[in-house]
Amino acid sequence: MFWKKTATATAVALMSALLPHVAAAQEASFDEQINQAIAPISNVIAGTIFYSIPVAGTAFPLIVGWLVIAATIFTLYFGFVQFRKFGHAISLVKGDYSHPEDAGEVSHFQALATALSGTVGLGNIAGVAVAVSIGGPGATFWMILAGLLGMASKFTECTLGVKYRNEYPDGRVSGGPMYYLSKGLAEQGRPGLGKVLAILFSVCCIGGAIGGGNMFQANQAFQQVVNVTGGENSFLAGSGWLFGLVMAIIVGVVIIGGIKSIAKVTEKIVPLMAVIYVTAGMIIIISNIGMVGDAFAQIFVGAFTGAGVAGGVVGALIQGFKRAAFSNEAGIGSAAIAHAAVRTKEPITEGYVALLEPFIDTVVICTMTALVITISGELNSGLTGVELTSAAFASAFTWFPLILALAVVLFAFSTMLSWSYYGLKGWTYLVGEGKGKEIVFKLFFCLCVIVGASMSLGPVIDFSDSMIFAMAIPNIIGLYFLMSVVRGEVTQYWDKIERGEIKKVK
Amino acid sequence: MTDQPILVGYDGTDAAQRAAEFAGQRAAAVGCAVHLVFVLEWSPYSFLSTKELEERHQRRTEELSRAEETLKPALDALAKLKVPVTSEVRYGHSGELICAIAKEKNASQIILGRKGGSALGARLLGSLPLTLVQASPVPVTVVP
Repeated sequence: MFWKKTATATAVALMSALLPHVAAAQEASFDEQINQAIAPISNVIAGTIFYSIPVAGTAFPLIVGWLVIAATIFTLYFGFVQFRKFGHAISLVKGDYSHPEDAGEVSHFQALATALSGTVGLGNIAGVAVAVSIGGPGATFWMILAGLLGMASKFTECTLGVKYRNEYPDGRVSGGPMYYLSKGLAEQGRPGLGKVLAILFSVCCIGGAIGGGNMFQANQAFQQVVNVTGGENSFLAGSGWLFGLVMAIIVGVVIIGGIKSIAKVTEKIVPLMAVIYVTAGMIIIISNIGMVGDAFAQIFVGAFTGAGVAGGVVGALIQGFKRAAFSNEAGIGSAAIAHAAVRTKEPITEGYVALLEPFIDTVVICTMTALVITISGELNSGLTGVELTSAAFASAFTWFPLILALAVVLFAFSTMLSWSYYGLKGWTYLVGEGKGKEIVFKLFFCLCVIVGASMSLGPVIDFSDSMIFAMAIPNIIGLYFLMSVVRGEVTQYWDKIERGEIKKVK
Repeated sequence: MTDQPILVGYDGTDAAQRAAEFAGQRAAAVGCAVHLVFVLEWSPYSFLSTKELEERHQRRTEELSRAEETLKPALDALAKLKVPVTSEVRYGHSGELICAIAKEKNASQIILGRKGGSALGARLLGSLPLTLVQASPVPVTVVP
């Protein structure tokens, strides 16, 4: 890692020498202009999606309840599948049931890894920090609970994603909510409803790709880069558009230019970054093992008393649930698109594998971030988002913000690539496939990178949240209709295992 | 005539072609068959992008047919020697797979070519002949 650190430092020094500070001062107004133009629109959208009712003196967004209730229903309907079949899921990922003849096809591990690379990222670093800075340590408890329940939602949607996927004559495989909504509901004699939900989902998916999958990522990556280059005095402060432009060009080179080498490099570095992040977090936690008990106490007490949190218990709960859903995307439908390409004869197997996703993402990584923030004592520093996480890690390793900045930029980049694909799938479902149509979407996607980097955090988070959560409305309606189909798959699969038709190969 | 075939690791290079011909001569002398194995390097734990996931099945089909094409000259050359010949294309780790197939087919020996890189390079980057010499269940012949 050392050379990367040096390289970053050198690049930063070089750029600050080249860029006159005067330019930064002038461009600040340009950023503000973009902000002012977009904020009213995003406020209206966010206000609609996050329609709230007052509960115990605080506003409770209905959409958060929608997700948690769905996750609870799936958990009960499938008899706590996330706990009973956890071992089976691990066994599937290890390839215990993969037929050797299928070597060279997409394995369970690969589908899971790709889906994870779309979700593990800023939600785990910045989102958690937002949750605990607003909701207090207690938000962590609700986040873990939402993660555990979300495993059942993920199980349901990814099973359907594989079952109703499209396999084209040329060998390409493509699936996702738009296909299970339209095909699955048509099977049940509701083709009209299916079509409407599929279209609604596609529209929201494009919005989610642009919001949470793009603008939020660009915004937080920029914040972190400004942070490590000197905060307010950074040569980049106020020049979000410039950072966005560079990022947009790199994204464009990959998704429009089809330059695979950049994507290849990213996909090698991103898992490494994840490992470094988790290792650093574990080191901090282990070296402060004496404080872990206290941190958990704060988490539990905060969860049920809501001490010092605006909105008390409900405030903590809302933040925990919201950030968990934003991070692991269970019930949102996005992962079903990535998981659909796996090679398996049994759709249910991918459902089992997919339920590991919220576990890794939320129960393990998000909890770790929350613990580090709580232990570090930075919670009352007034910081939020990625800056808070950065400060928390810096309290143990002073050099960590640099690594984190690099990680954030790379996570942001890989999440953008994944979401550009999800958004594109929604887009092509609506307008049809074709090179010209795809390029229109990709260009617009790149433009949004610039807008996202230029805006202040509030409007970006509101817009990102609202579009990502909006996807859950059509998706979960469909899941309620189709959960009996998933149960049918469960029954026939375990019958086959019992009869010995499906056996471990290892 | 013995029913133990000679296994040849084949990848379409000149070295592999020499190995196939060398195996053909041995097989003609002993009166056994030759089994050509073409391994496409693959790990189920590698990382693919969403786009690659979508296209994986398509690419695999293309890779398989390309491999079959590549096998052709060797199959022809062996047919000329009137040696019974079979072939297969598999995905996986070449060293492990060739050892596994040698057991599966009850092969008498493994013959493969070498590209002739430096010994240091082979040690640093790993080489199939070195791996097989270490791990093979049957005798291994390396054709220069």
